[in-house]
Amino acid sequence: MTFACREDDVPPGEGRNITIEGRRIALFRTDTGWYAVDAVCPHKGGPLADGIVCDHAVTCPLHDRSFDLRTGEGPGEDRIGTYAVEVRAGEVYVAVGVPAASPVAA
Amino acid sequence: MSERDRIVIVGGGIAGQAVAEALRERDPDVAITLICGEDALPYDRIRLSEILVDGSDAATLALRPEEWFADHDVEVLLGRWVEGGDLDAGTLTLDGAEELTFDKLVLATGSQPLLPPIPGIGLPGVHPFRDPADCEAIRQSATTATHAAVIGGGLLGLEAARGIAAQGCDVTVIHLVDRLMERQLDPVSAAMLEPSLADLNIKVRLESATQAITGGDRARGLAFKDGSSMEADLVVVSIGIRPEKTLANTLGLATNRGIVVADSMRTSHERVWSVGECAEHAGMVYGLVAPILEQARVAADTLLDRSAAYTGSILSAKLKVAGIDLVTVGEADGDTSAVVSDAASRTYRKLSVRDGRAVGAILLGDVRGAEALMAAVRAAEEVTDPLDALAAASAAGPADLPDEAQICNCNGVCKGDLVAAVEVDGCTTPREVMSRTRAGTGCGSCKPAVIDIVAMATGGLNDEPAYLCACRKQTREELADQIRTQGLQSVSEVSQCCGTGRDCGACKPALAYLVSEVNDNRHREERHARYINDRVHANIQKDGTFSVVPKMRGGVTTPSELRRIADVAEKYEIPLVKVTGGQRIDLLGVSKEDLPKVWRDLDMPSGFAYAKAVRTVKTCVGEQHCRFGLGDSMGFGVEIEKAWEGLHTPAKVKAGVSGCPRNCAEATIKDIGIVAVEGGWQVRIGGAAGASVREADILDTVETKAEAMRLSTTFLQYYRENADYKERTYDFVPRIGLDEIKRIVTDAQIGAALRERFRLAKAATTDPWLERDDPYHPRQFTDLDQQSEDDGPPTPVVVGPPEEARR
Repeated sequence: MTFACREDDVPPGEGRNITIEGRRIALFRTDTGWYAVDAVCPHKGGPLADGIVCDHAVTCPLHDRSFDLRTGEGPGEDRIGTYAVEVRAGEVYVAVGVPAASPVAA
Repeated sequence: MSERDRIVIVGGGIAGQAVAEALRERDPDVAITLICGEDALPYDRIRLSEILVDGSDAATLALRPEEWFADHDVEVLLGRWVEGGDLDAGTLTLDGAEELTFDKLVLATGSQPLLPPIPGIGLPGVHPFRDPADCEAIRQSATTATHAAVIGGGLLGLEAARGIAAQGCDVTVIHLVDRLMERQLDPVSAAMLEPSLADLNIKVRLESATQAITGGDRARGLAFKDGSSMEADLVVVSIGIRPEKTLANTLGLATNRGIVVADSMRTSHERVWSVGECAEHAGMVYGLVAPILEQARVAADTLLDRSAAYTGSILSAKLKVAGIDLVTVGEADGDTSAVVSDAASRTYRKLSVRDGRAVGAILLGDVRGAEALMAAVRAAEEVTDPLDALAAASAAGPADLPDEAQICNCNGVCKGDLVAAVEVDGCTTPREVMSRTRAGTGCGSCKPAVIDIVAMATGGLNDEPAYLCACRKQTREELADQIRTQGLQSVSEVSQCCGTGRDCGACKPALAYLVSEVNDNRHREERHARYINDRVHANIQKDGTFSVVPKMRGGVTTPSELRRIADVAEKYEIPLVKVTGGQRIDLLGVSKEDLPKVWRDLDMPSGFAYAKAVRTVKTCVGEQHCRFGLGDSMGFGVEIEKAWEGLHTPAKVKAGVSGCPRNCAEATIKDIGIVAVEGGWQVRIGGAAGASVREADILDTVETKAEAMRLSTTFLQYYRENADYKERTYDFVPRIGLDEIKRIVTDAQIGAALRERFRLAKAATTDPWLERDDPYHPRQFTDLDQQSEDDGPPTPVVVGPPEEARR
């Protein structure tokens, strides 16, 4: 697991980008826990971290495509990668290469 | 009856209005005169408690706008008093002098609040709860009173208590008998209601007979028959009504508790009818709206010599207190009954049966199937297994209801009427159906059911715009009501209190706008509910960079501003500088982390080019420079932009001011456009030059700039409060109708109230670009591997050694 940020670094309900092991990842802090997914929308490359998060899903700010933060499922065949996140003592860690099993309590 | 016979209706309440409407529906020719004792058109008394809760203007309660009376050829005499008359001769005496002739007369004189004859009832601080003036007085007192008492624990008393509690005042409901709403509830459901009231800070004191209101110079307390007492510096009395029969007695009609009527609704004199709370039928006086409307329909028939008979009403009631769902119909008990009850969730569902037929239902906390159960009780349906019937009702959807099932109890509209409005009359949206059938326009509590049925009848088509968002079946109006009545201040609170269990990426910004609008911008801002554009106050581009448009009112700038813009563009290597269609300068391709620095160096306020807000007021140079100019369009445009800038709107608003009808500022295709004409200013609304082009409608032509500003500002606020989210003015104006908009924005009272709320909202706006020095979060503009703006230490990005990776 790789240290990504302190909990306070991401405003509640929002997402921020970070590069870990050469991979651009969007990290979300939500009511239901932390999620890490690929940073870029497979449709037209929109920045998912700038999207609105609701009900375990993020909506891309460019064309309103919605992706499930738990499974990475999007509209049609579109998928984004998901990664395991763990919060320890106020610090957030991401495991690149490990798909998310279940969200981590905030 | 012969053409132009005259029917005179005395009384401008719901009953008088209902008779006038029912008559006109049946007969286009008969002459109708409605005499109102008050100086106001008939209004909807049932919704009084709304005014008490949120303090909105009494004018919003009008049953029909002024034009309705002209359009339907109903003569209205306002503020006129009938003193007597000669029934055989067919004449009435008005205000001591004038005579008015009639062929048939309808007395709809209504009722007075019943006030107990106890000492102190006339003291200052004691109010009935009956008309808008009472509401205003109670509301005023509730803000300063320390403890309020409501005498009377019936439907209206509880609604009054809720209104007082909503002002933050302690309130106790005093009730004579051993349970609340004893006419509608049985002991178990009445007891279950109390904790829900306690949650709303309403205390209840049962079996208490008030003997006196004490205090000397003003109300200070109550003394009870058992010798106990309590403090109360605001006392509201809501123990029932006293039919108003003074005029009936003067005219020599038979009266008892009320004016005695037969099944035909005719009184003891063959030329005189009576309808509403003043009428007594078979020993009953009805104080609820549904029976009154049934009586009005019967009276309209018999007035026109058609046969019809009123045989009494089965009463139903809905408690309009936010947070408590309660529907009752018919009797509280039968010879057998089925009850499904859960004390923990405070739900209670009961169906009462007598002689094998449904006679009553009580639904508390879980009102599923209310329409089906009401229909069963009204039709006195045979019930073999009440428990089965109760369970079946809760699973019933709109499709399962019979056509006779009454959906809107206020206006007596059945499911069949709603379906016919779609299938026969061609209505396609809930709004159209509601306007045609009047369903949902009384207390409004049936709106969700109406929407469901219209959705079913239209095959789910075309009704999306009625909802705030496709994922939550709630209309903008329903949510706004909840926000007002419950005092909600943030999107999270709305989601919690009016939740459908979920929100989506489209709901949140719509709710964010609604919360800010209803609270006049004094809401609690939650940025996660906003689009990225509103989180960082810039417009996101296809490559994830942003565009920056500084404020340039009316498109007017200075050399020093231009110099700063040029310097900034060079310093930050901004790839593109472009003049926009709204006469602004756009800097495109700015990275998010550079935004605060760019704003600081520009030292100009935000131009709001990224928001659903008042964007630009485009101007031509006007009379100051142009040889054709008729007015100072440039100066006026700058003035308007100052007045409106910073305000969010349901969708973007583009404005323009042209100095003459040559219209170089293209004001006739703007959301709000103003054109200088000979002798004044033309104000236009609802124009568009997008995917489709729409010429703006002329709202009015006025003489002065001040009038043009007032009129257009009033429209802007009306749009802010009533448009669906993302609904541009070019859809909004035709949806509401130009005539209706004209009526609203030119109405002195409504207009003044709109402008006052506009003023409040505007006063709470700020320049969002000041967040460059005061971000809402240290990482408002930065990613996790960038240095944050507050000069704090950069977040260490430690790429952990492989052995630290787990799993």
